[in-house]
Amino acid sequence: MTDTSTNGYKSGSNLERVLAAGHFAVTGELGPPKSHDAEVVRRKAEFLKGLVDAVNLTDNQTAIVRLSSIAAGVILIQEGLEPVVQMTCRDRNRLAIQSDLLGAAALGVKNILCLSGDHQSFGNHPTAKNVHDVDSMQLIQMLKDLRDESKFQCGEEVEGDSGPCFFIGAAANPFGDPFEFRPFRLGKKIAAGVDFIQTQLIYDIPRFKEYMKRVVDMGLHEKAHILGGVGPLKSSGMARYMRDQVPGMIVADEYVDRMTAAVAGIPKEEKKARREAWRAQGIKICIEQIQEIREIEGVAGVHIMAIEWEEAVKPIVEGAGLLPRPRVDGE
Amino acid sequence: MIVGEQKPLAEIKGMLEDYRKVLVLGCGTCVTVCFAGGTKEVGILASSLRMATQLDGNAKEMDEETVQRQCEWEYIDPLEERLGDYDAILSLGCGIGVQALVERFPKMRVLPGLNTTFLGLPSEQGVWEERCQACGECILHLTAGICPIARCSKQLLNGPCGGSQDGKCEIDPELACVWQLIYERMSEFGMLDKLMEILPPKDWSTSRDGGPRRIVREDLRLPEDYQEGESSP
Ligand code: SF4
Ligand code: SF4
Repeated sequence: MTDTSTNGYKSGSNLERVLAAGHFAVTGELGPPKSHDAEVVRRKAEFLKGLVDAVNLTDNQTAIVRLSSIAAGVILIQEGLEPVVQMTCRDRNRLAIQSDLLGAAALGVKNILCLSGDHQSFGNHPTAKNVHDVDSMQLIQMLKDLRDESKFQCGEEVEGDSGPCFFIGAAANPFGDPFEFRPFRLGKKIAAGVDFIQTQLIYDIPRFKEYMKRVVDMGLHEKAHILGGVGPLKSSGMARYMRDQVPGMIVADEYVDRMTAAVAGIPKEEKKARREAWRAQGIKICIEQIQEIREIEGVAGVHIMAIEWEEAVKPIVEGAGLLPRPRVDGE
Repeated sequence: MIVGEQKPLAEIKGMLEDYRKVLVLGCGTCVTVCFAGGTKEVGILASSLRMATQLDGNAKEMDEETVQRQCEWEYIDPLEERLGDYDAILSLGCGIGVQALVERFPKMRVLPGLNTTFLGLPSEQGVWEERCQACGECILHLTAGICPIARCSKQLLNGPCGGSQDGKCEIDPELACVWQLIYERMSEFGMLDKLMEILPPKDWSTSRDGGPRRIVREDLRLPEDYQEGESSP
């Protein structure tokens, strides 16, 4: 059934077609608002239109309640963009996840990104109960079984001709510990059935290269499309914070220094001038990173995370020579 | 063992507001070992409460007693004859002790003096850590003897998540990432191939999710305990 409904593709999503055709893919990210204001989603979507192949919608990112990733994804479809709906294991059990996925498919969503989810202690409801009925690995398996076997997690058949056909994504953090195990954990996600991977933000390219070398040696890049995660730094403070405070993140000193140097000579009172100098530097670094990452064997694209700074995506993809985005027919 | 921690004095005082004569009742097993509800803690708490209520001009009578185990009938039954004197029992047993008292002495008011916190062990003097969540289907043979259900902040069966760094869990720099520990132990034993196997979704029906749990061992039951309608072997 998968074959006839999706023309030989697993899902027929734009992202899948771009990757299957061998193009260097570009995905973006959009953080839904802390309100029910669809206009905010539309406004942010406008900044990404025509610049990326698909857009991730975060699912209560950092455990802060926001407009649902599925609803935001549907607004994106209405605006002519393609969503990658993020789904975490923190907030839903296997019943809710599968039901929401059926709903998402019914509304035209084709790409899903499976995540464990940030712990609720980081967010705005730290007293909440978390779920973690399944983990991200098992979530991938669940989506694959729905698609390829037309079966729910319990083994029961999905009614009708076929299960929902998703292009299945997951995250990978090349910088988490234990470092030697990270390529193997990626291998586990691929064995579970993942089609594409978006990595955690890369701010340490030598370490990412080392990781990718192991990934390529294991042949994993041939089994799933790996998109390197990048994001423009906004200030030297942000660079320092990410280097020193964010668990599972490595930021090379070089970037912190370059962000600091960007405002050298601009007095502290000139806030606007500093802000602009920082942002210009952040975008410049991001473009260079994309160019470097693109040269690494096994990398199939980039995932640009410019949350709350969606305007930055245009100069980045332009500067990195990634426009125009390819059009691949075949849906 | 079951690990508990005494509730703040102000909270306990609030609970006792309506009672004048109270029996502060300790337990000689788990909560004695974790210095939360043994004879010594009963003594300290009772005298603190005596002083505090006296200062408030509302002095209460606080008697002290500790039984070997609050969660077994044979140790609490002998209390029965003394209880007529009291308005309430302030239990320094775990939540099981409190409920055992309620079940055995239905007419008594029984109040919890402890927060029952977890099943764990003292990892060093003065530090207790959780080790088990009583999930009802132990998987320690699959995880090198280290429990991710109780000890991974996200209960991952296929960890570690992306937040693991320098051996610590993303939610707290004081907390070991249990998947780092599992990884190390498995690599030490040359079992990394096992770690490549994907553990399937857990059957949570044996855990609290399946409703309150109960074990019946017919081989151990006594004929006189069979209720009417139950078929005895
Ligand atoms: S697997 Fe279950 S029973 Fe075994 S230690 Fe962990 S929580 Fe306890
Ligand atoms: S850092 Fe380790 S212990 Fe903490 S949630 Fe992630 S895998 Fe679990």
